[in-house]
Amino acid sequence: MVGDGAFNRTGPHLNDLFGRAAGSIEGFTYSDDMDRAANGGLVWDVENLEDFIENPKSLISRTKMRFKGIKDPVDRENLMAYLRLFSDNPANIPEAEPTMHARDPDVDPNILAIQGDPEYGAYLSGECVTCHQIGGGDDGIPSIIAWMPEDFVTALQAYKSGHRTHPVMHLVAQRLSNKEIAALAAYFAAVE
Amino acid sequence: MKLDRRGFIGAGVATAATLSAPMVMGASHGKPKVVIIGGGAGGATAARYIAKDSAGAIDVTLIEPTRTYYTCFFSNLYIGGFRDFASIGHSYGTLAAEYGINVVHDWAIDVDRDAKTVTLAGGSSVPYDSLVISPGIDFIDGAVPGWDISAQNAMPHAYKAGSQTQLLKAQIESMPSGGTYAMVAPPNPYRCPPGPYERVSMVAHLLTQINPTAKILIVDPKQKFSKQGLFEEGWDKHYGGMIDRIGPDFGGANVSVDPGAMEVSIDGEIEKVDVCNVIPAQKAGRIAEIAGVTEGNWAPVHAHDMRSKLDDSVYVLGDASAQGDMPKSGFSANSQAKVCAMAIRGALTGSSVFPAKFSNTCWSLIETNDGIKVGAAYEATDAKIAKTSGFVSQTGEDEALRKQTYEESVGWYAGISADMFG
Repeated sequence: MVGDGAFNRTGPHLNDLFGRAAGSIEGFTYSDDMDRAANGGLVWDVENLEDFIENPKSLISRTKMRFKGIKDPVDRENLMAYLRLFSDNPANIPEAEPTMHARDPDVDPNILAIQGDPEYGAYLSGECVTCHQIGGGDDGIPSIIAWMPEDFVTALQAYKSGHRTHPVMHLVAQRLSNKEIAALAAYFAAVE
Repeated sequence: MKLDRRGFIGAGVATAATLSAPMVMGASHGKPKVVIIGGGAGGATAARYIAKDSAGAIDVTLIEPTRTYYTCFFSNLYIGGFRDFASIGHSYGTLAAEYGINVVHDWAIDVDRDAKTVTLAGGSSVPYDSLVISPGIDFIDGAVPGWDISAQNAMPHAYKAGSQTQLLKAQIESMPSGGTYAMVAPPNPYRCPPGPYERVSMVAHLLTQINPTAKILIVDPKQKFSKQGLFEEGWDKHYGGMIDRIGPDFGGANVSVDPGAMEVSIDGEIEKVDVCNVIPAQKAGRIAEIAGVTEGNWAPVHAHDMRSKLDDSVYVLGDASAQGDMPKSGFSANSQAKVCAMAIRGALTGSSVFPAKFSNTCWSLIETNDGIKVGAAYEATDAKIAKTSGFVSQTGEDEALRKQTYEESVGWYAGISADMFG
């Protein structure tokens, strides 16, 4: 997470990332390799962060992320520019226009609280895995497995409301009930 | 003969009623048996989902003659040079080894719906409790006068992927400089509505590189076609002047061919061509007709579970089915297969049955990084599978969006392949 009130989720929060010592957020359990890099004195700056985003393995051989890197330099620049918004000490960071979604709208806590039925989610997931690879591959279409259920629900609700504009996802999400979205979130969260 | 068969089966049902208890016992000894004819987007998906979700409680047999299945989707990209041939080929090894599916490489040549057996070309007979027929398409005899299946080497259809696709590409590559590629496009309804026009785009892409003065002639019986505005915009932009289309107002519906002379006659006017890609009018794959579950050219099914309207133990998927509003596409067949798999498991093992949901998206590539798409969501009604909402790419979209759309299609190909073949 990043922004006001961000806290550690699947990964550590990303506020004040620039100039931060690697592996230094308290309360987050990093991978062994990330800890090793931190002990070696790695500090995130524009250059090593860009290398890391391009290909995490180039810097740290194994992290807890399921993330292969971003090949497109423009995409990397946009991501860095976005992260820059949440650092007090941004140094030399490119000022490209961020194209990512700044933030999805908050979802009604009652909707987030719905307990999804994974069996129903397993059936509904058939519609998702025609495009999203169940093995977690993400060429051209993002991976949707092993997300935190809350993030999954928030993203799908944003597609449903039209805040996120992708036409296929809008079409799919539009006709999913809150219960069905919760079921999908529960199912995909548990996919290995 | 079909009428005789129906009459016979009607009588059979009446007889069976009195014997129903012992017959059901006979068929259901041990695990329930599902037999699936056809290993494409419908059949392979249904087999995989039934096997996966029943976790061994159902015995699944998949009958498919080819050992390597070449997908029709993305076969145009092979013609254009965007994919190699091996990349659109898939084997059934994972379905057999990891899902325990009994994969039989043979032709299904007959179905006895009274005895509930499928006869294979090799002579054996396979019993079923539920039968899924997912055979794709066959061509209607005489649809294009002068062409029949024996002319498919001189004038390929390349509308079932495999050696036909390779042959068509090889013929295009050896066209004389400035020669003509002609396509005889099919009337509705047919497999993959944007398919012929994506193919024209890919042929144009190939010719622009190797034979830039060549011409493309589309002879089309249809007034309009899928994503027409988008394709025509793209053809103007990328291939200006190369592509001509003759619609029905100019004789596009009055076509015959002479494969020996490589001639196409359009409203009586003879065109000499170098490659002729004849895509005839279509009907359900022949085994659906042999099984007696077709009415007219297609097999009518109930929208909630893809069950045949003519036999409660038979389901028909994909291109062969008459289901309502969904286009005949691999995506549709895959979507229908999952609904059908759930219904079959529910009927045979009592597992949960949830409401049917269907969707479809068709991506097409016009030129490098210029992808477009059309899609819709569908629901089951008592009358048919009915479209609820849809979208289509817009003319004039920027290059970044078109590139993203193409990349999305590549991701989809990986996703659906894994969903079919494991």
